[in-house]
Formats: sequence, C-alpha cells, structure tokens
Amino acid sequence: MSGTEVATMSAPTAAGRFGQFGGRYVPESLVPACAALEAAFREAWADPAFHERLARLRADYAGRPTALTPAETLSAQLGVTLLLKREDLAHTGSHKINNVLGQALLAQRMGKTRLIAETGAGQHGVATATAAALFGMRATVYMGERDIARQRLNVFRMELLGAEVVPVTSGSRTLKDATNEAMRAWVAAVDEAHFCLGSVAGPHPYPWLVRELQRVIGEEARAQTPVIPDVVVACVGGGSNAAGTFAGFVDTPARLIGVEAAGGAAMTNGTPGVVHGYRSLVLQDTHGQVREAESIAAGLDYPGVGPEHAHLGTSGRAEYRTVTDAEVLDALRRLARSEGIICALESAHAVAWVLRAAGTPDLPTGSTVLLTLSGRGDKDMATLAGEVQ
Amino acid sequence: MKRLNPYLTGGITPDWIDYLLAFQAAGADAVEIGLPFSDPMLDGATIQQASDQALRRGATVASILTDLTEARERIHLPLIAMTYANLVFRGDPFTTSPATGGGPEAFCRRLADAGLSGLIVPDVPIDEVDRLEAAATAAGIDLVLLAAPVTPPDRLAEIGRRSRGFIYAVSVMDTTGERDALATTAAPLAARIKAVTDLPVLLGFGISTPDQAATAARAGDGVVIGAALMRRVLDGASPDDLRGEVAAFRAALDQVDQEVPAAHAHAQISGDRR
Repeated sequence: MSGTEVATMSAPTAAGRFGQFGGRYVPESLVPACAALEAAFREAWADPAFHERLARLRADYAGRPTALTPAETLSAQLGVTLLLKREDLAHTGSHKINNVLGQALLAQRMGKTRLIAETGAGQHGVATATAAALFGMRATVYMGERDIARQRLNVFRMELLGAEVVPVTSGSRTLKDATNEAMRAWVAAVDEAHFCLGSVAGPHPYPWLVRELQRVIGEEARAQTPVIPDVVVACVGGGSNAAGTFAGFVDTPARLIGVEAAGGAAMTNGTPGVVHGYRSLVLQDTHGQVREAESIAAGLDYPGVGPEHAHLGTSGRAEYRTVTDAEVLDALRRLARSEGIICALESAHAVAWVLRAAGTPDLPTGSTVLLTLSGRGDKDMATLAGEVQ
Repeated sequence: MKRLNPYLTGGITPDWIDYLLAFQAAGADAVEIGLPFSDPMLDGATIQQASDQALRRGATVASILTDLTEARERIHLPLIAMTYANLVFRGDPFTTSPATGGGPEAFCRRLADAGLSGLIVPDVPIDEVDRLEAAATAAGIDLVLLAAPVTPPDRLAEIGRRSRGFIYAVSVMDTTGERDALATTAAPLAARIKAVTDLPVLLGFGISTPDQAATAARAGDGVVIGAALMRRVLDGASPDDLRGEVAAFRAALDQVDQEVPAAHAHAQISGDRR
C-alpha cells in the first residue's frame, strides 16, 4: 500500500485493490460483465461528453450543488462550528441519486435495458427506480422482507416509479441477503441488465466507480467551506457517502471520521473476509460464517464495509467510531428540534458522534466539523413514531 | 466412462454420511461435499436452503471434516470440497488482524488430512487464484476451475491449463437449481472447453433428470448433480431413496457409454487404416 494512494483516493490497482482489500471474487459467469463495466467506466470517465451529461443531470435533475448549512444552534450549544452537507436536499432525498445517475448513464452507454439493485433502507432502491424511469429502463429491486416491513414508504415510492420490488426471505432478510439475491439475479440476466450496486462495495470496479460518482459530495463541500474543516464526519454502512465526502478532503490535514452502527460495525469489529465479491473487513463468526448486523437504520444493517474504508482505516488515514441506536435516536431528535432538519436514521449516526465527542479531546471546543447528512428522514417516520416521543 | 459426481451438503442431516455412502453404493465416481457458507453467491434456493439447514444444525468445516475422517474406511471414492472464498481464505496470515484459521494453505492441508482430494471455489476466478492454486498444489489437492458460457477464448485456455482433475462447465448462465430442460448453452460450452484441454469436462448447474444428464454427458465427460438430490434430502427422503435416485442417473450415463463404442470402434478402425 502506497502513501500516495491513501492520500489521493486515486484509482485502485489493476486487480481492483486498495492495499490488501478489494478484488473481484465473483463466479466466472460474472467476470466478463465486471470487466466490461470497468472498460466502459474507464472510457466514459475519459470522455468529456459523459461528464457534461452527468453534470447537467446533477444540476437540472438532482438539484446539485446541495447546500452547506451551518447548524447554528447546535454549534453554539456544542462549542464547535458544525457545517452540514445537505445530501438530504438532493432529488429522491439522499446521496444515492449521485451514484445511480452515473451508473444509469453508463448502463445506457453499454446498451443495457434493465437495472438490478439491492436496497436496505430503500433510498438506493428509490434512486434506482427513479433513474430507470428517467432513462426508460426496467428496474428490479431486491429488498429484505424485514426492511420492506420497516420502510414501507420507500417500497411504495419504488412501485409508483414503476420498479418491481422483490422481497428477499433468506437469511437475516435485510441488506446482506438482498445483495446476495441481486447478484444471483444478475448472473441470470447479465446480457440485458446492469447491476446498479448502491455502495462502495462489491467486486471491482464497483468500489472505485461508486466512490468516483459520490466524489461530488466532497468536492462541492470543499468548495463551499470557507476553511478546511478540522474534522470531516459521515456515517458508514457500506460507506458510499463517507467515501464521497472523504474524497474531497483526503489530501488535507482534516481528520476523517466514519461512524458505524454499534450493531453493524465492520470497520470496528470485523475481520478480513470475502463477501459479495470483495475482500474487506466483515462481521463473521469464528467459523467464517457472515454475522447478521443489527441496526435501527436499515441502511447500516450490513456486515461488510467498502474495501477502501478498510484500507483507509488500517493505514490510519481515517478513523471509525460506533454509536448506539439510543444515541442515534437522541441525535435525530436534537437535530430536528435545534435546526429544523429531520435527517435519516443513517445520517443521525454521524450527528450522534459529534454530540458525544464535542468538547472532549476527540473533538475539542472550537473545532470546525463538516458532517454529511446523507439523507432525509421521511422514510423512517414509522420507526420513529414507535421510538421518539 | 461417463462420470457421475453427485453433490451433498456436508452436515445437512445428522446421518449425512449415510447419503454419501448411498451415493457410493449407487455408482458415483466422486462426491462433491458442500461446505456450507452463509452467503452462497452462485447457489439458488435449494442449495442455499440445504446450506442454511446444515448451518442451523451447527455444521462447521471442522465438524464436516471430522465426520469424513471418522467414516474414511467406508469411503472408497474421491471426495471434492465445494465452498466459498471466505471459508478458504479465513485467517489469512498476511492480513492485519488474523482470526484463527491460517488462510488457504492451512485450509487445503486440512482437506487433505481429512482425505479429500479436490476443491471447487466458485467465487475465486483465475484472476484471484494464484495463492490458492499454490496452496492446493502444495497440499496435493486438485483445484478444479469453473468455466461459464460467457468465458472468452483466452480465459478458457488459461482455465484449461490451470485446472486440475477436471473442468467444471457451468452449463447455464444462472445459479444452481433444477431446470425443466438442459440449457442450450451446455453443449456448445463443453465443446469449446474440450477444444482447449485434455482434462475431462463435467457439466453442472440445472441438470435435474437422468435424461438431461445423458444429454449433457454426450456433450462432455460427465455431470454434477446437486439441487435435484438436495431437494429430495430437504423433503425428507432417506439415504435409501437417494441411492435409487443416484442409481437412475448412473444407469442413464451407462446407457450413454453403451452408445460410445460404435463411434469409438469406428475411430479405431479409421486409425488402423491410416
């Protein structure tokens, strides 16, 4: 692992590795599809017309750049300057649209007519269904039965947008199993379908491709902040909003902090393993069976983490912390009441860490903090109604 | 002779070794032992369910290998492990926080110690195979590589060069599971593989009936039967029942063998005349 690679979050090795993590651990049936996607991405990324079209979609359709909002009340209360990068204001309500618009453009360029996706909280599924509608493609979204039950609003949105939502009943019936099912479906439909993976996970080139498509979060924030923040913080499940945010600040002295759910903390509690086509840190038992993650936030209910995070973490460039469900609920309520922003349960993880750390040596008084609010909380109302008074 | 490799999920029932012995009695040439993994990327519903059932029973790589070691004297045919990368690479000593396990080197040695002679890892394509290949060779384990209908010619040639024991032809662009008919991709794939290697070519994925097995065996050198058998086990069929099932596949393949001598004799006669 080279220092330069860490410092710039540049392209992975030819084998798709970030240090010892990453790679392409997929059945032979999927290797040509991954290779074709990589070639298409390299070609598109070098094509100014592709960037132009993507930039236009981001501006005219997704509503970018998203705002950078100073959280004035909280800042005063906590003694730190807290700046919120507002991905909740992007079309469809989360950062997921950044990735999906890029992948849908790529898929169209590759002549694909269908998008297959996995989703946990449903935000990636909604973004995929949205892009499919916009591009005139079919969309099939795999979602764990348990997540369908707790994210009904997003299921309805996907169906309204014309996507087929397929309930996954195997295993933990959450994002992990939806990912397995989506990859299996891709094997059978690889000619016509693009697998629109929702995070910086999966086989090469996905972790790289998705980070490049989410890089816009960090680059915009960098341009919007008057000073380089002391700390840049984002929630981490698979880790796409954090990767996109970090990419804008990795070459600065800013500390990079990823915040995981205590019950789904692959960076904190995982060991090296191979799941869903990539090698990274994975929650697993002593026999090598993948453990079921547990979080109040369906989007963080995932036992792996993107390989570049594993690399950033083990090389020391980024730090990863965990917060509990109780801290998350408290943070969500506090942000709502002090700033008038109801964020997603996922994003509230990052807020919870700031609440806990402010004024401690981990986040000294006077620090400037940039925090990515990855999405809005509408989808979580049913969960919150049961939890928050 | 056309080869018959039935698949059995290790630990699927308390008496799972009896199924293995039934496969042997029914004329299997080798048995593939599935070492169950929680997230089997290339398996369909049946094998996935079989794996879940074994895991719920508490089956582990260690317990399955122990069962096989204890039954070794009664097993007279080659055993091939089939599992996923996470179990093979677990405890990789080159990683920063190794769990117990010891990586592919230790994994392959454990297979060899338990009397297994082959290994199939569907989510380790040739691009990621170097270290596992070396570990398998060192332990005397044949690492069987897979080829798919979409595998381009240059990769197919490399798979042909590097596979050991046989080549596993994934006959359909799908996961494992029963199908109504043999995929149209099966025979062309077998022919393409046979053109680049002298290794036997076994077709698997979706071969569900003796008739389909016979058709597949005409294109290749044998078949792997998985989901069709595991579904019966999941439904509660006994080892005796499964012996009957496997015997029916054996008979179908033997029938194909009966067809061969005519063509073979003709070839020999042609050769003699040269």
